[in-house]
Amino acid sequence: MNPSRKRTVRLVVALSAAVLLASALIYTSFSAASPALSPTQLVRQAQPGRSYQVTGTVVHGSVRHAGNELDFSVADRAGGTAIPVDYTGTVPDPFREGREVIVTVQKHGGHYVGERDSLITKCPSKYKTAPAGEKQNY
Amino acid sequence: MADLGRICLPLALLICVYGIGASIYGVRSGRIEFSDSGRRAVYALAIVLSVAFAVLEIAFLRNDFAFNTVADTSSRTTPTFYRAAAVWSSQEGSLLLWAWLLSLWSSLALFLVRRRMRDIAAYATAILLGFGAFFISLMIFYASPFSTTNPAPAEGVGLDPLLRFPTMMIHPPMLYSGYTLCTIPLAFGMGALLARRVDADWIKAIRRFAFAAWLFLGIGILLGARWSYAELGWGGYWGWDAVENASLMPWLTGTAFLHSLMIQEKRGMLKVWNVSLVLATGTLAIMGTFLVRSGILNSIHAFGGATLGVPFVALIGVLIAGSIYLVVLRREMLRSQHRLDSLLSREAIFLGNNIVLVALCFVIFWGTYFPLISEAFTGTEASVGPPWFDRYTVPLALLLVLLSGIGPVIAWRRATFANARRNFAAPLLSALVTLIVLLAAGVAHKTLAIAMFCCAAFVLGSIGQEFFRGTRARRAMAGEPLPLALVALVRRNRRRYGGYVVHLGIAVLFVGVAASSSFQHAVEQRLSVGSSTHVGKYTVRYVRPTATITPKNDAVHTGSTLNVGAVLDVSKGGRHVATLRPSEGFYDSGEPAQGTVGHLIGGQAVSHISMSAGVTRDVWTAIAPDISTPALQRIITIGNRTLPADQGVVALAVLAREYLKNPPAAQFHFIVSPLVMWIWIGGLIVLGGGLIAIWPTPSAVRRRVTMRSRARAAHGLARA
Amino acid sequence: MEIVIALVAGLLLAVVVAVISAPLRDAGRPMSDGEQTQEASQQSREDGYEHAELEAARETKYREIRDAELDLRTGKLSHEDYEAIDSGLRGEALEILDRLEALDGRSGASSEHDKAKPELEG
Repeated sequence: MNPSRKRTVRLVVALSAAVLLASALIYTSFSAASPALSPTQLVRQAQPGRSYQVTGTVVHGSVRHAGNELDFSVADRAGGTAIPVDYTGTVPDPFREGREVIVTVQKHGGHYVGERDSLITKCPSKYKTAPAGEKQNY
Repeated sequence: MADLGRICLPLALLICVYGIGASIYGVRSGRIEFSDSGRRAVYALAIVLSVAFAVLEIAFLRNDFAFNTVADTSSRTTPTFYRAAAVWSSQEGSLLLWAWLLSLWSSLALFLVRRRMRDIAAYATAILLGFGAFFISLMIFYASPFSTTNPAPAEGVGLDPLLRFPTMMIHPPMLYSGYTLCTIPLAFGMGALLARRVDADWIKAIRRFAFAAWLFLGIGILLGARWSYAELGWGGYWGWDAVENASLMPWLTGTAFLHSLMIQEKRGMLKVWNVSLVLATGTLAIMGTFLVRSGILNSIHAFGGATLGVPFVALIGVLIAGSIYLVVLRREMLRSQHRLDSLLSREAIFLGNNIVLVALCFVIFWGTYFPLISEAFTGTEASVGPPWFDRYTVPLALLLVLLSGIGPVIAWRRATFANARRNFAAPLLSALVTLIVLLAAGVAHKTLAIAMFCCAAFVLGSIGQEFFRGTRARRAMAGEPLPLALVALVRRNRRRYGGYVVHLGIAVLFVGVAASSSFQHAVEQRLSVGSSTHVGKYTVRYVRPTATITPKNDAVHTGSTLNVGAVLDVSKGGRHVATLRPSEGFYDSGEPAQGTVGHLIGGQAVSHISMSAGVTRDVWTAIAPDISTPALQRIITIGNRTLPADQGVVALAVLAREYLKNPPAAQFHFIVSPLVMWIWIGGLIVLGGGLIAIWPTPSAVRRRVTMRSRARAAHGLARA
Repeated sequence: MEIVIALVAGLLLAVVVAVISAPLRDAGRPMSDGEQTQEASQQSREDGYEHAELEAARETKYREIRDAELDLRTGKLSHEDYEAIDSGLRGEALEILDRLEALDGRSGASSEHDKAKPELEG
C-alpha cells in the first residue's frame, strides 16, 4: 500500500472510531440524564423508578431530622404543590427553610426519596434591595 | 472617592477605542509609531485600571459603605483579611478584577515582544483591547463597581460566610489570571492569521504565553479543588460542577496545544489544528468566565445577574464566527509542509495525546452544557451527574497516563522498532510488579484503581529509565560525578526533562485521585457525647462539645457570632492518632425581623471542617450540631422577647453555656481517604516540571551553543 | 476632597496622554540623515521579520540536532537511523544558514545586533 493510501485508511479508521464513540456518548447522555422539573411538574409526570431533578424552595416548617435522614418539603418557587422528600447524605451549608434547592429524587409511593449526596442549595441572592435614599447609578 | 473610579472607567474605554484604532491603522499603513502608540495604550490601560482597582480596594478596607458593592459584601465585623478579598466576591468587583488582570498580563506580553513581530503584535493589541472594551462596557452600562448610595448606610451586609476561607484570597485572582492569560494566545493566534505569518518566530512567542496561561489556570483549578476539599463541608475535591468543568476545558485544550505545537515546529504540520486549538482555548476561557456569572446552568457558583447573559453570548458568537472565518480565509498558508514520517515516532504519540485531550474536553463540554442541549432537542432541561462523567473520563485519563509513559521511550521523527521494544522492558516490569503486589494485597475488585496504579508505575519506570540513561550518557561524555551530571543533563535539555517531571507529577496526581476515590471510607453518624464510631480502621470518639460566642472569640477568625463544635479523639488499634475540632459557625443576618437574638445567628451557617492530613491518608470530619432543641430554642425566644436590641449577645452566652452543659447529639460526617496528599504533591511536581521546561537558558550559554552548532553543521556537510 | 480627586484625575489623564503619544511625538521629530523612505522602511521591516523567522528556525533546527543525538545516546535510535536523521537535519540547518547569509548580504546589516536584543528563548 502506498503511503498516501495508508494515510487515507488511517484517517478513515480514526474518524469512524471518533464518530462511534461520540454516538455512544450522546446516546447514553440522553438516557442517563435526569430531567429538571418543578414540584408541580413532578407530581404530574413522575414515574416510579426514574430519577428526576427537582428544583424548588424548601417549605418553612417542613424540615425534620430523623436519625441520619433529613425530611423536608419542596415547593415551586411561586408556591403551590409541595412534595415531601426523604434525603440521606451530605447537606450543604447554605441549606435552610426558604432557600432554593436542587435534589435528585425517585418516586416511591407517595414519597420521594432523594439520591445520596445529590442535594444542592443555591447560594442566596447577592443582590439586596437598596436602602431608601438617593441612589446614584451609572 | 467614587468619582475618581467613575472617571477611570470611561477613560479606560476611550483608551481601548483609541488603541484599537491606532494599532490597526499602524499595521495597515506601515507607520509603526501608531502601532507603538497602540501598544502603549495597553500600558496606559493598565495604569488607569490599577487606579480604579485601588479606589475600590481602599473603599473596602476603609468600610466606605457609600459604595453599593462594599455595603453588599462587606461589613465592620468582617475581618480585614476578608474585606480585602471581598472586592472580587461580587459581580462588579470581579469584572473589574478580570479587566485589570487582562490589562496587566497584556502589557507584560506586549512589552516582551515589543521589538519583534510588530505586525502580529499590532493585531493582537487590537483584539486584547477589544476584550478590555467589552468588560469595561459591561461595568459602565450593567454592573458598575462605583455606584453609590447617598446617604451611606451605617453598616454593610458582610461577606458571605461561605467565602470566609483563606483560599478565597488566592483562588479567584489565580483563576482569573489563567482565564485572561488564555486570551493572549488567542489574540496572537488571530493576529498571526491576519498578518499571514504562522511561523517559527510566532511559535516561540506563543509557546511562552500559552504556557503561562496553562500554569496559572492549572494552579487556579488545583486551588479550587483544595478549597473544596479542605474548607467546604462536603469532603470532596471535584464534583463535576459546571463551573469546575468550565475551567478545566481550556486547560485541556491548552495542554493539547503545548504538545501539538512541537509537531508544527519540527515538521510544519498541523497548522490548522494548532490555530484552532489556540482559538478554542481562548473561547472556552471566555465561556468559563461567562458561566460563573450568568446562572444559566445550575451550579453552586451561580453569581446571579442574568442580565449579563446576552452580551456574553454575543461575544462568544463573535469569537466562534470570527475564528472559523479567519481559518477558512487563510487556509492556503495553513497547509502542511510535511506528513507524519512514521506512526512509531514521538510526533505520533503527541498526536494521540492531543486526540485523548480533545476527546476529554468534548465529553466534559457535552456533559456540562447538556441541560441546554437537551432543552434545545427535547424541550425539557435534563442534566447528567458525576457517574456519567466518570464513566467516560476515567478510561480517557487512563489512556492519557499510559501515553505519557510511552512517549519518553520513543524517538523523534522515526524510532527504531527493535530499540523501542527493548526500551519498554523496564517500564513494563514496573507495571507488572505493581499489579502482582496489588493483587496479593487482595484488592482485585477495584479494577479501575488497579489499572491507574499500573499505568502510573509504567510512567515511573519509563521516566526513571530516561533520567538514568541520560545521566549515564552525560557522564560518558563529560565525566562528571553523578549529581552534577544529573543537574547538567536537565539544564541542557530543559524542555525534555522538565516535561518528564510534569508527566511524573500527573501520574502521582492520578494515583492520589484513584486511591482516594476507590478506597475511601465514609460514615455519617449521629453521636452523643462519649460515644464513638468506626470509620475504616479508625475509631472516633466524641469527647466533649465546644461553644464560643462573639466574633472576637471565633477560633477560625471568620467573624461568627456563635461557634458550636466538638472535640473528637481519633485512634487506630488503641493508639491515639489525632484530635479533631470540627465546628459550625453561625453569622449575623442583619435582619431585625428575626428577633434581637434570632438575627445574630439567623444568617448563613457555615461548617468548619477539621482534618488530620497524612502522607498515607487523611481523616476528615464535619459536624452539624443541633441548636434547635426545645431547651435551646426557648433561650432564643425568651431573649427575643425580653432583651433590648443590642443586648442579644447575653442570650447567646446563656445558650452557649446550656449547650456545653447538656449537649444534644450532633450529626457527624467522617471520611478517611487514602493518599489524598499526593494529589497536591503531584500538582506541585507538575508546577515544578513546568517551570523547568520553560525556564530560559542564559543567553551566554545560548550563544555558545549556537556558534558551536553552526560549526558542527558545516563540518557535517563537509563530511557528506 | 473634590480638589484632590480632580488633581489625581488630571494627573492620570496627563500620564495617559504622555504614555500614548510618546511614539507619535518621536516620529514627528525632524528626520535625521540617512532616514529611509516609507517604502524602504517597509522593506527593511519585512527583512526584519524574515531575519527573526530564520533565526528562530535555526534555533529550532539546532535543538532538533541535539535532541536526535540525545535520542541516540539514550538508546532510542540505532546508529543507522541516527545517521540518516542527523544528516537530514544538518542539511536543513545549512539551508537555513545559507538563507540567513543571503539575507544579511542583501540588507547589509550585521546579524550580531539582534543577539543584543532581549529575546524569548524558544
